[in-house]
Amino acid sequence: MGAFLVRRLSINVLVFFLITIAIFALVHKTPGDPIAMQIPADQLNSGSAEFIAQKRAELGLDGSLVTQYWHWLTNALHGDLGYSLLNGRPVTEVLGERVGPTVELMGVGLLVSLLIAFPLGILAARRRNSWLDYGATVVSLGSVSVPVFFVALIVIYVFTLKFQWFPSSGISDPTNPSLLNTLHHLVLPALILGFGNSGPFMRYVRSSMITELGADYVRTANAKGAPPRRVVLRHAFRNSLIPVLTVIASNLPQLLAGAVVIEQVFAWPGMGQLAVSSVNQHDYSVIVGFALLIAILVLLSNLLADVLYTVVDPRVRLR
Amino acid sequence: MTESLLRIDGLGVDFHTDDGVVHAVTDVSLAVEAGEIVAIVGESGSGKTVTAMSVLRLLPKAAEVSADAIAFRGTDLRTLSGAELRKIRGGPVGMIFQDPMTALNPVMTIGAQVAEAVVLHQVRPDKKAAWQRAIELLRLVGVPDPGERVKQYPHEFSGGMRQRAMIAMAIANDPDLIIADEPTTALDVTIQAQVLALLKKAQAETGAATILITHDLGIVAELADRVVVMYAGRVVESAGVTELFATPRHPYTKGLLASLPRMDVDVDQLDPIPGNPPNMADPPAGCAFHPRCPLARDRCRTDRPPLLAIGAGRTSACHFNEELA
Repeated sequence: MGAFLVRRLSINVLVFFLITIAIFALVHKTPGDPIAMQIPADQLNSGSAEFIAQKRAELGLDGSLVTQYWHWLTNALHGDLGYSLLNGRPVTEVLGERVGPTVELMGVGLLVSLLIAFPLGILAARRRNSWLDYGATVVSLGSVSVPVFFVALIVIYVFTLKFQWFPSSGISDPTNPSLLNTLHHLVLPALILGFGNSGPFMRYVRSSMITELGADYVRTANAKGAPPRRVVLRHAFRNSLIPVLTVIASNLPQLLAGAVVIEQVFAWPGMGQLAVSSVNQHDYSVIVGFALLIAILVLLSNLLADVLYTVVDPRVRLR
Repeated sequence: MTESLLRIDGLGVDFHTDDGVVHAVTDVSLAVEAGEIVAIVGESGSGKTVTAMSVLRLLPKAAEVSADAIAFRGTDLRTLSGAELRKIRGGPVGMIFQDPMTALNPVMTIGAQVAEAVVLHQVRPDKKAAWQRAIELLRLVGVPDPGERVKQYPHEFSGGMRQRAMIAMAIANDPDLIIADEPTTALDVTIQAQVLALLKKAQAETGAATILITHDLGIVAELADRVVVMYAGRVVESAGVTELFATPRHPYTKGLLASLPRMDVDVDQLDPIPGNPPNMADPPAGCAFHPRCPLARDRCRTDRPPLLAIGAGRTSACHFNEELA
């Protein structure tokens, strides 16, 4: 198991460095003087030509591309991603305060999508070609094919404007930022995000369960006298998780993409909202930081999937 | 007449496929008495496995089973509720499957799987006792160092050891009937002998009757008391093992025996049955064996020979079984 994880980890580290090269190329190609991204805006505007030149030397911007990359990378790894072009605040700080709300939205959204996908997928697999199966197919198709923002608008119309059950804007009420109030604000965006991602999960759970329910060991479990519930949950389900985990992990970027849209619609102060506004306002240093953060997030989720494999599948532990 | 341990009457199993209805099993009747070993012999697709699976209703949902009776100790298994059937499954009737690699759950320890067979039939479930019993069962079936190996997963077991674990599950609750579906087919030849010896031992210790499904006549000769030969979903001959080997009364049986390599007679080449097993979606008219039969005459192409009693405990379905006597 150790060897397996070490190998996966080293692959991920390698990929991470390749990504940093790609992102650095992006930095290099952004319009304007790269120095503008790496010192606070007020210094840039007030500083003399000598000061700027000195800074340029300090930051390695007068060196070759390789030295420039090295400087940029070591700074980035130390948490120094430069300064926002817009307000001069450090990018790490700007991003940092946005991570929490997005992780919260994505985490609960993921939970919702799994809570929809697993029961529905398992039931659909057990009653294949029944009305329940067809119904589940329609639901999952709907979740994939109806755009998130459209669902969001309908939901806001019904639950916020008509019934006024849930708020549709912000992460909590500034005058009453209690946990309950935060959860109340979370309901609509998390449900919509979760529903939007449940479709593919459900399809994979269903097809994986169908494969496993037809396996020989399921027949063995039946022949031992195991009740259907036990056969499905103890035997087939755990085996069906192995391919499903891959799908869930590789869908996390899509979950994030969904979160970006949701954050716009619900004025959720997360990374997505920041990314969109940064793009609109040409805040390149923040965009670069965002790209790096996404890369790390995706790699971490793949690594998490690898760790979960070893938990679920004993055969992986030996290899 | 006393009730047989297991009695199957007029069993038919149909599968609806895209190519039409396949009659996998037609009008099969057989009885198994307490303690005896009955072998069901036939080529792939002859319906022997389907017959065995239908006893515990383990066939996929697509299978359409019809029968006059499938009675175990006088109880008709067809009408039992799910809960009642589950008391029989793995309790008084144990099953051993062909491929121990796929028949064991890859993500559960061997111990958990053997102990599960025990727990499911305990009146008051006791996991600790079941685990101890699992170790004891593994020791009984000859798994070395069972206290350690009980914690291992199927992929850490060799093929032969896996089949031993399967047997341990099948005998966990001291069954009266063991149904073994090609228990040695997936194993190396050297391992086959060990597993056969173990089956014999398990049978002797539990006193369980056994239905042994195989295409290997060597195994039949070694283990079986009685033999049922199947071809194209029907029983074509049944007899005591000695009589069947000495005087087969169906040309198919005769062909099977002739195709066996022999140590005691000097022959230059084997004598296989010509042709291939029939396509079950479109079986030959008349006697299903006629395209491959050396005795086939015009009558065989149109008239299907009925399965007739041809002496004490013997049946044959051949128009010309007299000629073979």
